Amino acid sequence: MTITHHPSDAALVAYGSGSLDEALALVVATHLALCPDCRRKAGAVEAVGGALLDDLPPAAMKEDALDKLLQKLGTVEAKPATPSRPAVDHGWSLPAPMRQYLGPSLSGTAWRFLAPGISRAAVLPRRRGGASAYLLRIKPGKSVAHHGHRGMELTMILGGGYSDELGHFIAGDFVELDGNFYHRPVADPGEDCICLVAASGKTRFTGLLGKLLQPFIRL
Amino acid sequence: MLPAARPVGGKSALSGHIVAIARGGDRSAFAALFIHFAPRIKTYLTRLGANPAVADDLAQETLLTVWRKAAQFDPAKAEASTWVFTIARNLRIDALRRENFPVAGDDDLAQLPDPSDSAETILDMAARGRRLREALADLPPEQAEIVQLSFFQDKPHSAIESELGIPLGTVKSRLRLAMKRLRGALGRDLFGELP
Repeated sequence: MTITHHPSDAALVAYGSGSLDEALALVVATHLALCPDCRRKAGAVEAVGGALLDDLPPAAMKEDALDKLLQKLGTVEAKPATPSRPAVDHGWSLPAPMRQYLGPSLSGTAWRFLAPGISRAAVLPRRRGGASAYLLRIKPGKSVAHHGHRGMELTMILGGGYSDELGHFIAGDFVELDGNFYHRPVADPGEDCICLVAASGKTRFTGLLGKLLQPFIRL
Repeated sequence: MLPAARPVGGKSALSGHIVAIARGGDRSAFAALFIHFAPRIKTYLTRLGANPAVADDLAQETLLTVWRKAAQFDPAKAEASTWVFTIARNLRIDALRRENFPVAGDDDLAQLPDPSDSAETILDMAARGRRLREALADLPPEQAEIVQLSFFQDKPHSAIESELGIPLGTVKSRLRLAMKRLRGALGRDLFGELP
């Protein structure tokens, strides 16, 4: 698998600094699980966070804070070193970050009809006006109606591929859209295109058909 | 490749303290880490909007987590400050946003050499850390400003855009230039894309 589309530095900084909504962060983490180069870059973001933390002016802690903590230490057991994270599997099982939300594979996922040839499965619902995450499955050759987003849309292609106004994307690719970009993704022939998508801001469809579907779809 | 032997002190001592906790539950090492990090974590959290009492509690919880998870710290992969930052970041998201921070997982765990806590690896990471701090200090002011805002404001980049009155594209290109320099300082072998 050759990944040719990666998160921007801005997306990696937003992820590593902890300022992305969980749904958007999940899409970045899923790409990182499959892309060692981006994982190293995300490590650099965290190193920058550490250096900035070191450089902050100290704020006075409660006077007895250290003493209280030292007393607590006896009761807090240090954990032995274990491989902290499960290894990433390739093939049909899901990348590690997604398993917490969906289980080990998509076999038990509840897909819902969205439009002919397109189904959707919720991953993380929208919270307090933040972003939501969902899976999209598009049958070969089918397309999602021309639409745009008010906020940010991050997509990670898990299987198959699609083309839109920006180019051609395949499994492992990461697509980052922001602002008022409108697109009409068309799935490649041959196999279903499965994507993890997170979007902040409401999805807006254009065209008569899209507008008719709008009340039902609510991506 | 490595700088000549120098006394282990300053930033590299902090890594040594975490290793000492992992090895033998060293309480004086814990106290040293607390004295350095807790007051700075408190500042970090208050800058991100936590009230001082909450920030104090979370700074303490961060240090407790350092104690509990010390064995997971790998001084060959990160500086102490990097690791502590990630713990504070994750606890903040958990406590203040009530969200989870999705981590990437690590599929090349098996290819890494045994986690080593030798003085050499700690000094190598400390040298990378010094170069990073020099590069941060040398960033052009407009890049440094965006980097600071990215870490100390819980806002998307589009909010930074409207606050500074510069286009989102400019925010993103400044971050790209800044991160390129900072990765170069850290060394692309561990912190960048490989050729």
